[in-house]
Amino acid sequence: MLTKRTIKDILAKHAMFFLACAVSLLVIFIFGGLFFKSSTILKNKPLAELLFSVDWHPSRGNFGFAPFIMGTIWVTVVAIFLAVPASLLTAIFLAEYAHKKIRGVIKPVLDLLAGISPVIFGVFGILVIVPFVGNGLKPFCEKFLGFIPFFRSDNFTGYSVLSAGIVLAIMIFPTMAQVAEEVVNSVPQETRESSLALGATKWETIKYVVVKKAGAGIIAAIILGLSRAFGETIAVLMVVGNVIKVPHSLFDAAYTLPALIANNYGEMMSIPLYDSALLLAALILLAVTVFFNIGAWFILLRIEKSYV
Amino acid sequence: MSKINKRIIEEKAFKIVMHTVCAAVVLIFLIMLATIVIKGLPGLNLKMLTHQPLRGSYAEGGGGILNAILGSVYLALGATFLAGLIGIPVALFINVYLKKNSRFATLIRFSFDVLWGIPSIVYGAFGFIIMIFFHMRSSLLAGIITIAFLELPIMTRAADSILKMVPLELKEISLSLGATRFETAFRIIFKQAFPGILTAILIGLGRGIGDAAAVMFTAGYTDSLPTSLFRPVATLPLAIFYQLGTPFPEVQQRGYTSALVLMLVILFISIFSRILTKRFQQNVLR
Amino acid sequence: MNNPIRTNLLSVSYGQHQALNDVSIEIPARKITAIIGPSGCGKSTLLKVFNRLLELNDDIIISGEVFVDGQDIYDKGVDVYSLRKKMGLLPQKPFPLPMSIFENVAYGLKIHNHLGKGKLEGLVEHYLKEASLWDEVKDRLHAHAAKLSIGQQQRLCLARGLAIEPEIILGDEPTSALDPFSAERIERKLIELKKRYTIVVVTHNIQQAIRLADYVVFLYYGKVVEADTADKVFKSPQSLMTQAYIKGEFLDEVWFDKEARLINKVAQGEGI
Repeated sequence: MLTKRTIKDILAKHAMFFLACAVSLLVIFIFGGLFFKSSTILKNKPLAELLFSVDWHPSRGNFGFAPFIMGTIWVTVVAIFLAVPASLLTAIFLAEYAHKKIRGVIKPVLDLLAGISPVIFGVFGILVIVPFVGNGLKPFCEKFLGFIPFFRSDNFTGYSVLSAGIVLAIMIFPTMAQVAEEVVNSVPQETRESSLALGATKWETIKYVVVKKAGAGIIAAIILGLSRAFGETIAVLMVVGNVIKVPHSLFDAAYTLPALIANNYGEMMSIPLYDSALLLAALILLAVTVFFNIGAWFILLRIEKSYV
Repeated sequence: MSKINKRIIEEKAFKIVMHTVCAAVVLIFLIMLATIVIKGLPGLNLKMLTHQPLRGSYAEGGGGILNAILGSVYLALGATFLAGLIGIPVALFINVYLKKNSRFATLIRFSFDVLWGIPSIVYGAFGFIIMIFFHMRSSLLAGIITIAFLELPIMTRAADSILKMVPLELKEISLSLGATRFETAFRIIFKQAFPGILTAILIGLGRGIGDAAAVMFTAGYTDSLPTSLFRPVATLPLAIFYQLGTPFPEVQQRGYTSALVLMLVILFISIFSRILTKRFQQNVLR
Repeated sequence: MNNPIRTNLLSVSYGQHQALNDVSIEIPARKITAIIGPSGCGKSTLLKVFNRLLELNDDIIISGEVFVDGQDIYDKGVDVYSLRKKMGLLPQKPFPLPMSIFENVAYGLKIHNHLGKGKLEGLVEHYLKEASLWDEVKDRLHAHAAKLSIGQQQRLCLARGLAIEPEIILGDEPTSALDPFSAERIERKLIELKKRYTIVVVTHNIQQAIRLADYVVFLYYGKVVEADTADKVFKSPQSLMTQAYIKGEFLDEVWFDKEARLINKVAQGEGI
């Protein structure tokens, strides 16, 4: 009873099934490949030394990732600190307050901003943010807040943790705002009405009811932004200063894990263990971002199920 | 009375903050555009767009950025084609062949969401491992494969979210006419969701053309025009990155102009996909 | 072999919810059979069992037998595509395919046959006439189907369904989304078509069932309450529930439980 059409249907089914399986296994392939390549250094050095040592001298055989890990964490935290309030307020504004016309302006801008190349953000960082931080914020903060070590630095330029944090904040802002807006929008209208009916103002309703209901989803949005920031390479690399030292202040230069990989892949074949070390850095990035994303995924899945 | 006032003042204050934040976002976007335009425009001329860099031009400047423009176009189109070839059928498969709450569909969606979150530098490193494995040198082909990996989850997720919105009735009707699932997927569902799928493809293209970290390892860089799949190619993002890294103003100018060109291309793709979506939507039923 | 569709102890459940319960009915050839009952009682489910569209849903369990032309359609190795070709579906809301008017009708023709252009055009014209749509659209065959009015769209769906040359037409509340005038046109058309096709129509509109049906199946909560010729069901219903439903009285679960007692009451002359 098999006609040509049914055969085509079945063939296509198997081909697409195969593709889908292959893609589903891709994450595991990437993990496997990176793990295989970095196993050389993991065999040679204790993991604790790799993660906590600040001594990075590949030519002497010392591979301490601590400065890069700390640099990445600093930059990410600064970016999240700046982007979270802004993106949440934008999301709430778009979902609850904004007039249709304003939404019609902001949403396309978010779309466009989300699509712009990281390199462009880097150029923007060099041209605008770095001078702003170096010539504006830094002297200002040192003058008035210099007694706090957090704001003091012997870095003469604006290439710093703060610059990278600002650039990253602008980059992750659209994604976080878009996800958060969707989450806030998915809060059922009845929830708002029941609070408004009790005489609460709109803002109180948002603060006590909507945000609470949307809480898990907002956390998921933040996690997604976090993992984006953690893995961003080129834009950070262009403005962070690339000094191999654990940063202690907002105005210190730093070096991040992705920047480490991008800057040194050229010579990694010339020094023993170097290639393995750089691919270990990639493996760390992969593990952290995958961990974050899985977390966000389960949170969002739970929300989707609870509203259906 | 005063309590009411406090509540209303709080709301007003936050409204002002929210307006400010939104204005700031638009402002930052405009400043970004303006900066790139002001810096890049002086170098933008026909010669810049139609010539490759003069030899030794990292010290002197001269010549243009045609190598990077062509390289980016080849690379991004190749990668988008490859990613679309895999991603769109998979998205159709999830939505036409599998049932709505199928576990396998959830697993595939989960994988794509995880892939979506992987940073481009990790894709670059993975591409690099593949290259070593196959004893390839950095080349256009290696770059295409790597960028295809990067675009795949972006494109498939976008296409999937569009296909999810196609009403089940349409599928039922096509099947009730005796069409196979394959015919239903490609003749009906694909057609119905076409504007959305096109947008998904364009989103992938925009990402692919703008990415630098993944192509560093795999596509390499060269001053000559791309001639072969097996040779390194220049790309616009890397052209910007490397040329700004030199201390010579003339070379830096080429970098700024590359940035302007790249930004215009990406904005064009974004706006074009918006217009397309709107135009096609007129013929699409809900 | 007189009855093209026959079910035997057919039960369907969606996960926990039982949609059909031991349905055993026969659908006579070249007649209009109306499946009536309140909404959510498994009418559409029964229709979708016939062309095996039900399988698109999650967690479906089907037991019992369904015979179409004497073949159990849930047997392994049944060619589900040629089964569906035997049945034209008239959906609840008109759903034109995302293509031109011409292409909508040609879609099924193209899938099942290899036809030359001239032949194809002839057939499309034929089926559009068959659905009484030709005169209204002959000048704009290549316009997008979404541009038609909703009544025209439903007749387009009819033409599209007829074009696959089915033996059976399945209508899933085919007029519920239409204005009264368009609904009447569809009804007239169905009566005309029953000379050549076996027609099954799901409806919750009793007046429509009275106008159209030769044979009626009354479903309530997944069970067949009554299945007989239209005359018998409408003029002398056997079951009290059918009586009440036809009169438009309330039907709730209480009825289901109390029916036995109610019958007793009637027998004792208390009335309802």
